[in-house]
Amino acid sequence: VTTDTGTMPTNDVLRTMFEVMTLVKTCDERLRKGIATGEFMTVFWPPRGQEAIAAGIAVCLRRDDRLVTTYRGLHDLIAKGVPLTEILGEMLGRQIGACRGKGGTMHVTCPDVGVMLSTGIVGAGVPVAVGLALAARRQGSDRVTAVCFGDGATNTGSFHEAANLASTWQLPVVLICQNNQYAEMTAVGQTMHIERIADRALAYAMPGVRVDGNDPVAVHRELSAAVERARSGGGPTLVECVTFRFNGHYFGDPMAYIPPEELAAAIAADPVPRYRSWLTEHAILDEDALAGIEAGAVRQVDDALATVLASPPPTIDEVDTDVYASAVGVPQ
Amino acid sequence: MTTTEMTVRDALNRALDEALAADPRVIVLGEDVADPAGGVSGVTAGLSTRHGHDRVLDTPISEAAIVGAAIGAAVDGMLPVAEIMIMDFIGIALDQIANHAAKLRFMSGGRTPCPVTIRTAVFGGLGSGATHSQSLEAWFMHIPGLKVIVPSTPADAKGLLTTAIFDPDPCVFVETVITYGARGPVPTEPGFAIPFGEADVKRAGNDVTVVTYGRGVFDALTAAEQVAAEGIDVEVVDLRTLVPLDMPRVLESVAKTKRAVVAHYATRFAGPGAELAATIGEELFGVLDAPVERVGARFTPIPAASSLEAAVFPSAGTIADAIRRTVGFGRG
Repeated sequence: VTTDTGTMPTNDVLRTMFEVMTLVKTCDERLRKGIATGEFMTVFWPPRGQEAIAAGIAVCLRRDDRLVTTYRGLHDLIAKGVPLTEILGEMLGRQIGACRGKGGTMHVTCPDVGVMLSTGIVGAGVPVAVGLALAARRQGSDRVTAVCFGDGATNTGSFHEAANLASTWQLPVVLICQNNQYAEMTAVGQTMHIERIADRALAYAMPGVRVDGNDPVAVHRELSAAVERARSGGGPTLVECVTFRFNGHYFGDPMAYIPPEELAAAIAADPVPRYRSWLTEHAILDEDALAGIEAGAVRQVDDALATVLASPPPTIDEVDTDVYASAVGVPQ
Repeated sequence: MTTTEMTVRDALNRALDEALAADPRVIVLGEDVADPAGGVSGVTAGLSTRHGHDRVLDTPISEAAIVGAAIGAAVDGMLPVAEIMIMDFIGIALDQIANHAAKLRFMSGGRTPCPVTIRTAVFGGLGSGATHSQSLEAWFMHIPGLKVIVPSTPADAKGLLTTAIFDPDPCVFVETVITYGARGPVPTEPGFAIPFGEADVKRAGNDVTVVTYGRGVFDALTAAEQVAAEGIDVEVVDLRTLVPLDMPRVLESVAKTKRAVVAHYATRFAGPGAELAATIGEELFGVLDAPVERVGARFTPIPAASSLEAAVFPSAGTIADAIRRTVGFGRG
């Protein structure tokens, strides 16, 4: 964990980051437990292990800043402030879901807090983020657009087309690469001949930084610099956050492709207990405060889940609603 | 209604010009769209000079980023008009169109409508060969959420493009380069618009209905003149929009004539005409005096040599032959 006190966030920010990480971890674990026990069914791409990146997003973006994320977006959605009932409701196919159950786990959208897109297509969110930033510029707003994607996305044409365009037009975009070491089931080293994804920014004359994505203080430092650069007209930044996903591509993934020692080492470096220890060592939060945050997260998730499970499934007429603004004259 | 004689190209230019002047949410982006190029075919000539290079934006050759950025801007309050120079290039942007533009309203439960317009042009008939000649509108008819517009006359081009720009849903607007120079009267009233889903009878007749759109309308009208000399009275129905599809108007015409020919430059096999013929058959089985004839491009890549290209595409001659077949059906 970083010891550079020159850029140390305030204690309030440090606390908020722990709250976000704890809530993500708690929610992720509760979802996996519920699926595993048959309590409910859904598809889930767990972000467990990537909590520190969410912590940075939560404290570096304004409410009106835009966020684009992916199917592995639970942590990002929580970070941006999407209500838990909307996230869980969407995952479980209930009326209370962010999109009334029509989007599902992969596609949670909540413009109220700036989440304009969650995409199930690897790399596709980056061009859309460029457009969100273009809209902000045309509208005279200083809002910033952040876009999250994985290591695999940086091998897509969409990423490169969009990075070039964001740089050419010097748009207020922060490209957050959550390098969790695996593109679905293939190790990053087998899919690109570079060590540092951040170096891909060089091709677009864009600042590119690589940061320990398991260290929320370091993530905060780099994300806040990138957000400030974007907001002040300095154009886009690529921030590569190096991390790991503990549960494979999807929940239920046997993970035969991950060497056991690699997984064990990653779990040993779990960002959540690591940050918890750091907070106590630096006397930011004491044990009572930390335990209180953890108990609060359990309550929040349990309460949200109870609300969601009491919410009915969507009505069948939803199938024909929102296909178009008006259904007149369109095929059924 | 006062009209001015102009070409399809000028009518399209006027629609864009008026929209840019009328609404600050409108932006135009694409390859070579700004002056001095003013578009590869001159459709966007003068627009950047009049409305600014920050509203009429030249882009890199990055189709996914062009459409993706237009989508992002559209979900955040803008009315973007993206240009894909030649329809064959649209495959590069297809993920953005089919997985994002088309689905964002639905997947978000109505929270992120996507009022983007994607203009593109068919370059068939110019000897450009297989990657610069296709009519791919059927691809987009098959994706719920998209509207598909294929104008023929200058007035339709102006009125339908105006509607597309301000329509709340994503529109794929298919132009035909070989008809850009076609002239006709266009209402001068600013903001003149034609509602979607209203087919237009371009020629009234009693013996057989030719259902067509775009370039096919010109051929059908020529074919109608050819067979008129043989005493066959043809009605030409110009669909103008394929989604929404004005099936009631088509059925009304065919119920009257009891014979139908569907014609288009898209591939005949699984082309838009298949849907039309099937629906006519379903709705008017007991009324028809002959099977529905289908005219379309042969199931082959479009060849470059003019002699071969002419053998692949429909023409006034092949439409006239189809008319004669349907009129002669059952008369031994």
